[in-house]
Amino acid sequence: MKFIELKNVTKTYSTGVTALADLSVEIEKGEFVFVIGHTASGKSTFIKMLYREEKPTKGSVIVGGVNVAKLRNGRVYKLRRKIGVVFQDFKLLPKLTVYENVAFALESLGMKASEIRPKVLKAIEIVGLKEKVRSFPHQLSGGEQQRVCIARAIVNEPKLLICDEPTGNLDPETSKEIMKVIENINKEFKTTVIMATHDKDIVNRMKKRVLLIEHGVLTGDYLKGSYKSHEGA
Amino acid sequence: MKALRIIGRSIRDAFKSVFRNFSLSIASILCATITLLVVAIVFVVAANVNNATESLEQELSIIVYVEKKASSSDIEYLEGAIKNVEGVNEVVFISNEERVKDLGESNASLGSLIESYETNPLLNSFTVYVTDSEKLDVVTNEIRNMDFVDSANYGDEAVDTILSVFDVVKTGTLVVVVALIFVTAFLITNTIKLTIYSRRNEIEIMRLVGASNTAIKMPFVFEGFTIGLLGSLIPIITVIYGYIIVYAKLNGKIITDIISLINPYNFIFYIALIIAGLGAIIGMFGSLLAVRKYLKI
Repeated sequence: MKFIELKNVTKTYSTGVTALADLSVEIEKGEFVFVIGHTASGKSTFIKMLYREEKPTKGSVIVGGVNVAKLRNGRVYKLRRKIGVVFQDFKLLPKLTVYENVAFALESLGMKASEIRPKVLKAIEIVGLKEKVRSFPHQLSGGEQQRVCIARAIVNEPKLLICDEPTGNLDPETSKEIMKVIENINKEFKTTVIMATHDKDIVNRMKKRVLLIEHGVLTGDYLKGSYKSHEGA
Repeated sequence: MKALRIIGRSIRDAFKSVFRNFSLSIASILCATITLLVVAIVFVVAANVNNATESLEQELSIIVYVEKKASSSDIEYLEGAIKNVEGVNEVVFISNEERVKDLGESNASLGSLIESYETNPLLNSFTVYVTDSEKLDVVTNEIRNMDFVDSANYGDEAVDTILSVFDVVKTGTLVVVVALIFVTAFLITNTIKLTIYSRRNEIEIMRLVGASNTAIKMPFVFEGFTIGLLGSLIPIITVIYGYIIVYAKLNGKIITDIISLINPYNFIFYIALIIAGLGAIIGMFGSLLAVRKYLKI
């Protein structure tokens, strides 16, 4: 079953730069997909389009049956509730504890406190931060902060987890651990994961589907691919 | 139920963030305090200036002298006719005997001189008050043309000058008050923008986790409301106590006995209410404007 479908998507910014040109791709439910490419290749635009941070200039972006391209600004939040997003820079609120950071997402949806508590604790447990519930972000290591970010992304049990270079700021060992967490979420909850990354080791080791974007064009789509397969090495 | 929970959390978060971002909140509150204090003082002064000009205008009247030959029934008829003129508020008859008495009281020698006459040389008169000082001119002319009227006067040019000066003063105070409200709104809005700018990450995260725009705006709106209200506290206290003390010191009069200050009770509380409302509303809209910038609406 197609979960995400991009058809002839073109994105031209107001500066005149074309970030994506006539890109079409389909992603099934429960898939784990890497999106790779150089800086400024258009992969960030691709990722941002999935959670409607950017709108395509042409073409359609369908996520879970909704044409994101046609979504009105005032209704974007409905899409976002079905999607979890993990960032390179974590984007945690410094003045909230781990628990509050994760609960924040549910609170802003107006959920009952009695419903929030078990969900938050479960999400924190999944990422393995049970002991740090009361810590503040500045008391955590980078890897731990990224786990909080993941917990926040999955707390509402989204169908889609988007990761924008989640290991970009982490050392290789920590990156491995983070990848384990994300892979587990993908396996256990059948959450579709789309991850933009620069990290060759991760891509090569995990043998998942790889989308290669170069100069705004999809130049490769490899099942169980790796960085090597398109570099010809 | 869900909406209530969001509102409840918004209020809680508003208070939390006023204290968590204490230095910035203090900056916004102080800005509101200073500007609202100026507004409050200008309000009080403007209201008093307005009050003074109005009470002075009400004192303006037309003196109508009645011809000697008029009989008492003629005078009665004339009084009725004057009362029927449009714009006339009140007509007071002053007989020539009364006028002699008044004259004698203010100037004894002049009084005894007049009393030495066989017949009273003074004329009967009416004092005519109008509803609107602008109409003095028209009403006077109409009365002049009536039978049995010897003359009718209101001080013409001198009064016209005073009235036009009053008009300038009134428009001037209005312009100052309106301009000041705009400046206040601008200043408060901008300091609140600064506090929100420092929290754009928070707004971005709320958007990303799927909070609706209303849910994002609400805590900030409550925060702006709180800041505006807290900022109006000192101006309100200052203006209430200040005005009551000034009023008592001056015995409610200023410069002359004719110009009285507005009685502080009720008046000063209306001013307080206006200042509190102004602070709260400007705070709310200031935050709303600032948040909208980061919402991509």
